[in-house]
Amino acid sequence: MHELFSINWPGMDWLHPSLLLILGSLLIPVFRGAVQQVYRLTLAAAFMVAVFSTVPGVYASFQFLGMDMMMGRADQLSLVFAYVFAIMAMIGTIYALHVKDNVQHMAGFIYAGSAVGVTFAGDLLTLYVFWELMLLSSVWLIWRNRNPISFASGFRYLLVHAVSGVLLLAGIVLYYSQTGSLAFERIDVEGAAFWLILVGFMVNAAVPPLHAWLTDAYPEATVTGAVFLSAFTTKTAVYTLMRGFPETEVLIWMGAVMTIWGVTYAVLANNIRRLLAYHIVSQVGYMVAGIGLGTAMALNGSAAHAFAHILYKALLFMGAGAIIYMTGRAKLTQLGGLYRYMPLTFIFYMIAAFSISAFPLTSGFVSKTMILEAYAENQMAIIWLMLSLASAGTFLSVGLKLPWFAFMGKDSGLRTKEAPTNMLVAMGIAAFFCIYIGIRPEWLYQFLPFQPVEYNAYTMGHLLWELQLLLFVGLIFFLLLKYVGPKEKITIDTDWIYRKAAPRAVGFVHQHGTAAWHAFLAGLRWPLDRIVDAASRHHGPQGTLARTWPTGSMVLWVAVLLAASLLIYYL
Amino acid sequence: MDLLIQHLPALQVVLPMLAAPIVMLMARAPRLAWAATTLTTWLTLGVSILLVQQVLLHGSISYHMGGWVPPVGIEYFVDPANIVVLLIISLMGAISMPFALRSVEQEVDKAKHGLFYAAFLLANCGLLGITITGDAFNIFVFFEISALASYALIAMGKDRRAVMSSYQYLVMGTVGTTFLLIGIGFMYIMTGTLNLIDLAQRLPEVNDTGTIRAAFAFLVVGISLKLALFPLHLWLPNAYTYAPSMITVFLSATATKVAIYVLLRIIFSVFGYEFSFSELNLGYVLMPLAMLGILIPSIVAIFQTNIKRMLAYSSVAQVGYMILGVSFASTLGLMASVVHLFNHAVTKAALFMALACIIYRVGGVSLDRMAGIAKQMPWTMAAFVLAGLSLIGIPLTVGFVTKWHLLLAALEGGLWPVAVFLLGTSLLATIYIWKVVEAAYLKEPAEGAQPVREAPMSLLLPTWALTVACLYFGIDTSLPVDLANRAAETLMGGYL
Repeated sequence: MHELFSINWPGMDWLHPSLLLILGSLLIPVFRGAVQQVYRLTLAAAFMVAVFSTVPGVYASFQFLGMDMMMGRADQLSLVFAYVFAIMAMIGTIYALHVKDNVQHMAGFIYAGSAVGVTFAGDLLTLYVFWELMLLSSVWLIWRNRNPISFASGFRYLLVHAVSGVLLLAGIVLYYSQTGSLAFERIDVEGAAFWLILVGFMVNAAVPPLHAWLTDAYPEATVTGAVFLSAFTTKTAVYTLMRGFPETEVLIWMGAVMTIWGVTYAVLANNIRRLLAYHIVSQVGYMVAGIGLGTAMALNGSAAHAFAHILYKALLFMGAGAIIYMTGRAKLTQLGGLYRYMPLTFIFYMIAAFSISAFPLTSGFVSKTMILEAYAENQMAIIWLMLSLASAGTFLSVGLKLPWFAFMGKDSGLRTKEAPTNMLVAMGIAAFFCIYIGIRPEWLYQFLPFQPVEYNAYTMGHLLWELQLLLFVGLIFFLLLKYVGPKEKITIDTDWIYRKAAPRAVGFVHQHGTAAWHAFLAGLRWPLDRIVDAASRHHGPQGTLARTWPTGSMVLWVAVLLAASLLIYYL
Repeated sequence: MDLLIQHLPALQVVLPMLAAPIVMLMARAPRLAWAATTLTTWLTLGVSILLVQQVLLHGSISYHMGGWVPPVGIEYFVDPANIVVLLIISLMGAISMPFALRSVEQEVDKAKHGLFYAAFLLANCGLLGITITGDAFNIFVFFEISALASYALIAMGKDRRAVMSSYQYLVMGTVGTTFLLIGIGFMYIMTGTLNLIDLAQRLPEVNDTGTIRAAFAFLVVGISLKLALFPLHLWLPNAYTYAPSMITVFLSATATKVAIYVLLRIIFSVFGYEFSFSELNLGYVLMPLAMLGILIPSIVAIFQTNIKRMLAYSSVAQVGYMILGVSFASTLGLMASVVHLFNHAVTKAALFMALACIIYRVGGVSLDRMAGIAKQMPWTMAAFVLAGLSLIGIPLTVGFVTKWHLLLAALEGGLWPVAVFLLGTSLLATIYIWKVVEAAYLKEPAEGAQPVREAPMSLLLPTWALTVACLYFGIDTSLPVDLANRAAETLMGGYL
């Protein structure tokens, strides 16, 4: 017999931060104006306090439908993600302080709360609930941009994740029926359950070819919503992969391909937020690759990189958001020369750009080199090279191309003002973390899942390698830039490589890749159209199966059914 | 008090039955008729709750009507299997009455209110009677009482098509109950008894005869018609669409559920699990019909533009889920079906109530007229969305409890494709609920549409009571799951 529902709160010593934030967000519409701003800041602060005061342990376990649920499993691995999510919720709140849109604020808080809910979930069902809640709340951050494009891409986002949610649930049910347990530990089963859960997680981690939702939806989100989006969905997926699928070999290659894939497509992007979105794919690739390797060093590296990445990627999105908010333009070709009018935004953006490019003394350096080091230790040269190559590409497009064309370069004639104070404050906080972690990596290392962390990023080898790589990339960029300048004549010489061959090669891949994708979509569409047509012919209001009036046909069915059942019973 | 406790089973049925003619006499005072009906339904609910308590404390109750000892006299038999259904019926009756006041005032001619409420009480009485009685012929009689009352109630709808759909329901319902009667007659010929427990004991001797197999076929097909099993569902969409809103709420939550209960009683308790599933392979009949019944009406629902009709088709699909659970022929599957009786009653009633609120203000629920309604009626639409999530089966709603147990039951039986099918079809529900959400939240109201106000409190409160129930019992699942577990075990065990 089924046990009665019973919550076992160990005293009141742990308040679930997600419940605090989610329930608290429901009160947002009650307040208006400055009072509401204060309330939102207080709520985000309370959330941070609740997360940071969580002591490792097991909380809020109870029985649901006779299964053991555990809403609060706090250990090193879940806490490191919860910490950065809480910091990010605060930064996002400050960045969005001036926005007057209750739906966005509530969606943002529920989204952040659910992300933390996933990291604290000790069982798969709780995880699934928060997983779906993340989806349902985050889609509003896209829709509230309120134009037909964002509505359509938000809907595609919803559709992809609804399907992946079904896969995940199917995997969870299978897992339960195979093991009899719902505890979320390493997914150690053979067959369909393993793959279904893995694919469910990989969709959220934006692993190609399941990544298209991300680069489709994030550039269409609201300015402030994109900051939230860039932080939570993919990184909760990184957390779940880390918990459930460490040392899964397929992830090594997936991750390496991701890093290159994102970088390559970013080269082709003109919309600044699409460019950054492709770099999410690329950066998450490092984390996925680290998880695939699964050594203590690699997993620590992935967790550290997730921590650092959330902060600098959010900062990049905040910088890009500030540009869009102030100028109303999002395309590189329409921007330029903004550094004079938005100097602070420019500086903050560059700090993040150096971080993502793993410059020494920034957060990216101390986390990314850790993953590379893990691969070097295991002598996996090809992967190591792929990751390094992607690193060079990252600097090229985020560190050089975007700032050059948006902030420097030719003057586009835009005469804008600096971004609002609250945006600058939010960017300042994130920039502080980027540098602080770069200077004092041991602050970050103390949170990592596998202690003690015996890793020093600042060895001569790392420094030389990274600087060499970055300077070389920088050199190439500026050398080539000279040729792009207005006075330069076109000489068909060595520059043919980058002017013609490289774009052609990229263009070729892009064109054929796109053509194949469209052919695939069209191929998919044809049977789909046929199905919908057939369905509406038979099931639509005029269809045969929806006709209800002829009484005779009903009676006929009764006779048919009776005859059929008699036949079966007598056989 | 002892006397009252002793006669509870009789009171359960007699109370609404005696109240009906009295209410009819109040034709001149519609409000008084309403008040008397409300009082009766609440008293009936009280009786149900007391009965639940008695059964949980002391076990099954056998009540001898008029002191005649069964199998000669009529027996009322209350056990964990039918107590759930009794509770659903009286609960839905009680909760739809406060709702009825304003909704019925608007939709039904004032002169007919006395008749309306009298018919409502009779329908209530009939459904309760079907559930509580332990006598086969009595089941037929109560089926007719509830059906006749329902025909009258549906015909009182505002739309002129209501009469036609009621007539159609009458023809189909009569075919169904006739089949039921033929089945009962065959059983009586072979065993000489009408008492269900007595039948269960005597049937095994004559199981091999063609007559009993024919009886089984007639009973299953007849009841399938009443419970709207695909493809015998054709009466349902029209009846639900054109009936007065409050009747749609009540019937959608109770009528098909009671028919499913009778089916369970017949195949598990009277004929027994062995005979139904091992010898006659009932599973092979029910499972394909259930799966088609989930798939096709769900797709039809997607294409509907009248939301009431859309939900009616969704009801047919939900019946498919319940029958699917039965067709697994396992305790877990049966338990999933029984818990879905309760879950679907709550969910669908909440959805139809939300629609009734919109009908009360707007006058109709076509997709065009619902464009942008969420801004004007935020509370109503919020209830609709939450109950809609329950219909889809999102965790933390009652719908998920059903989906979870059905999935487990499918996997327990090794039926992989069915489990995949279940998950796939829940996406269909997502699509049709989404269509409503899209119209209400994301579209602008049509030009020239009159702005409307939020529905009055007397409509909103019952709607939200049911919506909260959808969420509450999705989180604290102990009550429905416990009752359903007991019911499933009782049914699996037969009458022994």
